Amino acid sequence: MDSLLIIVYIISSVSFIIGLKMLAHPETARQGNWVAAGGMGLAILGTIFLYQNEQGAFLHNKVWIFAGLLVGGAIGTVSAKKVQMTAMPEMVSLFNGMGGACAALISIAEFNHFASTDFTFQIHEAYQNADSIDEATLVLPVRMGIMVTVLIGLIIGSVSFAGSIIAWGKLNGKIPDKVFKGQHIVNLVILGLIVVLGATLLYNIYAQFVVSSGDIGTLSAVNLFNKIRIRLPLSVFVLFYIILLLALAYGVMFVLPIGGADMPVVISLLNSFTGVAAACGGFLYENNAMMTGGILVGAAGTLLTIMMCKAMNRSLKNVLIGAFGGSTVAAASGA
Amino acid sequence: WLAANQQTIYIVILMIFVGIEVIGRVPSVLHTPLMSGANAIHGVVVVGAIIVMGQADPDNIFALLLGFVAVVLGTLNVVGGFMVTDRMLEMFKGKRQKK
Repeated sequence: MDSLLIIVYIISSVSFIIGLKMLAHPETARQGNWVAAGGMGLAILGTIFLYQNEQGAFLHNKVWIFAGLLVGGAIGTVSAKKVQMTAMPEMVSLFNGMGGACAALISIAEFNHFASTDFTFQIHEAYQNADSIDEATLVLPVRMGIMVTVLIGLIIGSVSFAGSIIAWGKLNGKIPDKVFKGQHIVNLVILGLIVVLGATLLYNIYAQFVVSSGDIGTLSAVNLFNKIRIRLPLSVFVLFYIILLLALAYGVMFVLPIGGADMPVVISLLNSFTGVAAACGGFLYENNAMMTGGILVGAAGTLLTIMMCKAMNRSLKNVLIGAFGGSTVAAASGA
Repeated sequence: WLAANQQTIYIVILMIFVGIEVIGRVPSVLHTPLMSGANAIHGVVVVGAIIVMGQADPDNIFALLLGFVAVVLGTLNVVGGFMVTDRMLEMFKGKRQKK
């Protein structure tokens, strides 16, 4: 990586930390916000002009990138300026959801990129000079860590997106609280399904590249190609998108039963989720600005969530699982 | 695996402590602006969206569209996030001076 970009990322990471620190004190809060914003601007510009991939190629499609920045910037500016003071929390929730969706889209794009990779070529590159292939040296063309990161980014990003949209709808009164019996069990089942399907997906990908041990040993590289199924089966794609849908459903189900008064706490929690999703992107691209920014928000957001609960004299558990008992109280106080 | 990712693990652990330390004693009036500011900071995810977009095959409309939407949403998060935070804090200042 270009050393100038490394410096840029270091400066932005430090500015996020200093900005957050200043935001926590009343006198410096406003400047702190702009310190962090400055670091962000630097990270964005640095990425556009200085980023090089492993082959040393700079980013292309710059017109698309700037168009995206312009459109997003314009909509963001207008909506942030127009929003009523009382509607601020729901606006934060909406912006948080956009961040979560962004993380999920990155995962989708990376998955599709990976799935359309020509593995034949990669294996050929690796073994073209070998007369025979030793099982021990047979390298999986896909690093499992990367696939796991893509999946986690997809799941957390989608949950954060769907949850934030519901929280936004609740705050502006469009979505009522909905509680039905066994809701927690449904949520647990969805969560369990996500984990099981995720593991199945990883195994399915892995299985495509495993050659039964008897076949290897003395096989030449050319013959090996015939033994390895190069193209990913359709089931892998289907599984991936089912997981996406389940994660979205979980986000909805997770926020739906929680009372409107508790929404700020939930938004803060989803905020830290999005931080973790952003950090997943950081792992994926080995990008330290994303990693530090994401984890920073993930950690600070979690603590902030707990402190907000304390300020309201509630426990986090109470807010999240207390929907049953809370619903009758809320109904009584509402009437 | 541990040896290869040692540095990352250290960064994660240290950043968690930094995150907790940095907002350790925030007054409760600042909870919402702080949440909003943190919300803007995780907008750094837009950097990932820019990388996706910049590496997309120019002939692959699906990838381009996906990257474009990701950049738009990420920018919304960043720009909207910082501006909303600023407006909140602006309102704050007036309130404090009245006291």
